[in-house]
Amino acid sequence: MQMSVRQMSVRQILLAAITASIAAFAPASAQTLRYANQGDLKSLDPYTLRETTTIAHHGHVYEGLVARDKELKVVPGLAESWETPEPTRWRFHLRHDVKFHNGDPFTADDVLFSADRVRAVGSDFATVLPAGAKFVKVDDYTVDVMLASPNPILITQWDGWYIMDKKWCEENSAVAPTPASATTPSYASLHENGTGPFFIESHQPGVKTVFKPYAGWWRKPEHNLKEIVFTPIASASTRVAALLSGEVDVIEPVPIQDIQRVNASGNAKVLTGPELRTLFIGMDQLRDELLYSNIKGKNPFKDIRVREAFYKAIDVDLIKNRVMRGLSTPSALMIAPELFSLSKDFIRPKADPEAAKKLMVAAGYPDGFEVTMDCPNDRYVNDAAICEAVVGMLARIGVKIDLLAQPKQLYFAKVLKPGGFKTSFFMLGWQPASQDSHNVMHDIMGCREDPQDTSRGATNLSGYCNKDFDALTDKALVETDAAKRDQLIKQAFEISIKDYAYIPLHQQALAWGVSNKVKLTQRPDNQVLLYWATKQEQ
Amino acid sequence: MTETAVPQQAEPSAPRPRAAPAGWLGRALDSDVFYSFRRSRLTMIAGAVTLLFFLVAILAPLLAVQDPFDPAQLQLMNSRIAPLWTADGQSPFLLGTDEQGRDVLSAILYGLRISLAVGVLGVVFAGALGILLGLIAGYFGGAVDSLIMRIADVQLTFPAILIALLVNGVVKSVFGNRLDAASTLAVLVFAIGLSFWVQYARTVRGSVMVEKNRDYVAAAQLIGLPAPVIMLRHVLPNTMGPILVIATINLALAIITEATLSFLGAGMPDTMPSLGTLIRVGNNYLFSGEWWIVAFPGFSLAALILSINLLGDWLRDALNPKLR
Repeated sequence: MQMSVRQMSVRQILLAAITASIAAFAPASAQTLRYANQGDLKSLDPYTLRETTTIAHHGHVYEGLVARDKELKVVPGLAESWETPEPTRWRFHLRHDVKFHNGDPFTADDVLFSADRVRAVGSDFATVLPAGAKFVKVDDYTVDVMLASPNPILITQWDGWYIMDKKWCEENSAVAPTPASATTPSYASLHENGTGPFFIESHQPGVKTVFKPYAGWWRKPEHNLKEIVFTPIASASTRVAALLSGEVDVIEPVPIQDIQRVNASGNAKVLTGPELRTLFIGMDQLRDELLYSNIKGKNPFKDIRVREAFYKAIDVDLIKNRVMRGLSTPSALMIAPELFSLSKDFIRPKADPEAAKKLMVAAGYPDGFEVTMDCPNDRYVNDAAICEAVVGMLARIGVKIDLLAQPKQLYFAKVLKPGGFKTSFFMLGWQPASQDSHNVMHDIMGCREDPQDTSRGATNLSGYCNKDFDALTDKALVETDAAKRDQLIKQAFEISIKDYAYIPLHQQALAWGVSNKVKLTQRPDNQVLLYWATKQEQ
Repeated sequence: MTETAVPQQAEPSAPRPRAAPAGWLGRALDSDVFYSFRRSRLTMIAGAVTLLFFLVAILAPLLAVQDPFDPAQLQLMNSRIAPLWTADGQSPFLLGTDEQGRDVLSAILYGLRISLAVGVLGVVFAGALGILLGLIAGYFGGAVDSLIMRIADVQLTFPAILIALLVNGVVKSVFGNRLDAASTLAVLVFAIGLSFWVQYARTVRGSVMVEKNRDYVAAAQLIGLPAPVIMLRHVLPNTMGPILVIATINLALAIITEATLSFLGAGMPDTMPSLGTLIRVGNNYLFSGEWWIVAFPGFSLAALILSINLLGDWLRDALNPKLR
């Protein structure tokens, strides 16, 4: 029997309406994925902070000319292809079908604009472009890059150099990048307009960020998500409790003391693997007087014996066994063994506190000295605990360390270039964005004041400077023979080790906590990229 | 329900001695307050526990097996040892060690020193400020009174912890985030003092308003004593009862506030842990099987606060003539 609308009772109409709306608004396959990290996402400006967690967040909304796939291989991104007609000229062909989230078309002008913006004062990404690189627009979808010298690894860092919308930046007075030391947020640090798979629906720094899929994305999405909700959870045990109770689906990192408990829980597991990041300790050896020390008129770290003493006093094996519970690989080099083929030629000498003490006496500091150590407390696995352990080890050779462990926003704002490298002694982790030694040698260990190459040493917080080392860096850049190139890199690392330029600690292990409902890809660069994640239906 | 089930008047009280012994100690022992103290077993236990905490805090360098504030004495090899009575326990670490090889018992003893120092100094600072402003407001009245009391009213609308966080944040942003241990301690005392002065001021002002109309004040004014002398020598002693009660309860509050600030990471640095810092650090290991790192500092803090609060409650009742 048929019923007209008039014959239906109010209740039936309501019921029908509710059923229809449920069917319309909750497709069975689209899922909300909740993700918690120990650190916060402070700024949405993709040029503010060159830090893996932040780059990975931004990678959901922004894209570079190139991208990296699940195996970290460089693949086309916003540029569909490129060629090098001459060693110093690269030609990029841009995709025609890309639109920014606000509907603006993506063209060569945006690439030229982004190239200027990324090199402007306040950008933390200036080193992605070699000094003297010129960007030339050939037509709306073709860009030429003219280089001062050949650079075969030009594009290896470009997956983290995200392209911004020129028109949008100009309309919103966001042409200048937001420096990490900025105390008032800029428009670009609170809003985004990228080309990526997700757009940000709401962003409350320190509270929560909501990502929604961008329907106009040019790639075919691999995820089945209707929403990603990111919350920072600083407390390790709270983060684990949230994962185990099902309140969040993915956490990074799982504190190492909880890995077994998560695996035994039955509703989540820990994805582990070696990470490509190297943690190290640095000493300001550039200033004539340390900023934070009781020694006035001279800089004890300029004395190589003091640096050697520090190196010998720090027992990385003990840190591995006790603080890292076995989940770290002590390192002799400033780069992970996976990224440099001759790593096995380098062996880290065992710690020797007695020899360290003698060196301190020889250097004229029999009673040690005082110095402040800068350390993040929400960036690396057990970062503050490692620093505390280092404080104890150095106390045994008489060095009194005032430990300043702070959240990464405060830490980076103080110690990085925009903050004026304000540190005397610090711990930092670095993973070369190019997955290659040259980046470490150029950005971390290159001289800071190089008139020919102003971006050299951009993250060299210790101010280490050795012209022979820099010469090898530049030779390695243009060398095309892989075996010869590795020999050059090896020579350079030998110099830096002899200089006690840095104290490498270890590579930490990746530890992501993932609910059994979620499948995702873990890249060894520790970027949590959820556009490859799928979540099983409820 | 038999007669025996009903507790008889607590303990059989000793007959009060008739003749008062000489000296202040004798007078104190003979006082009503001490009499009521002896009548309450709970208060005696609370008093003993509080005294014990103060004693071990003062004697910490003699009792502790290591100085947890001296990084050179910490051995990373000794990290995360379970308490002595468990299978994995090791001498001399009675309550186990934390992830830096810090003996938990020693850390509690030294942490108590910071907690108690901040608590006592914070109460003294808040008390001094509150009593001074309360005396001035109550004695002079008028515009001075209105001004001070309106400031107090505004401050009362904010929770104490919020004001302490605010003061702490402002001071640190003015002097930079890097302060040495003594300055951090001073900032904590200042922050806590500023957040608790209102209660003293209001209480003192109320008492002074009552007292200042009494004949003895009029007499003092007549013989020409200056206002500060009248306030401090004659009026103030008569308002001390309620002040003592507030001070005792505030001591517990100040210790809790310090612990909260340290738990939030705004207090003492990790290398010089107070009880709150110990609880924050240990909290990360609570679910990982290393329960002793957080459990013992937490228990100590709870026992200390409970004892002081019980003492405060008793003092309030003992000093209230209506309850005698």
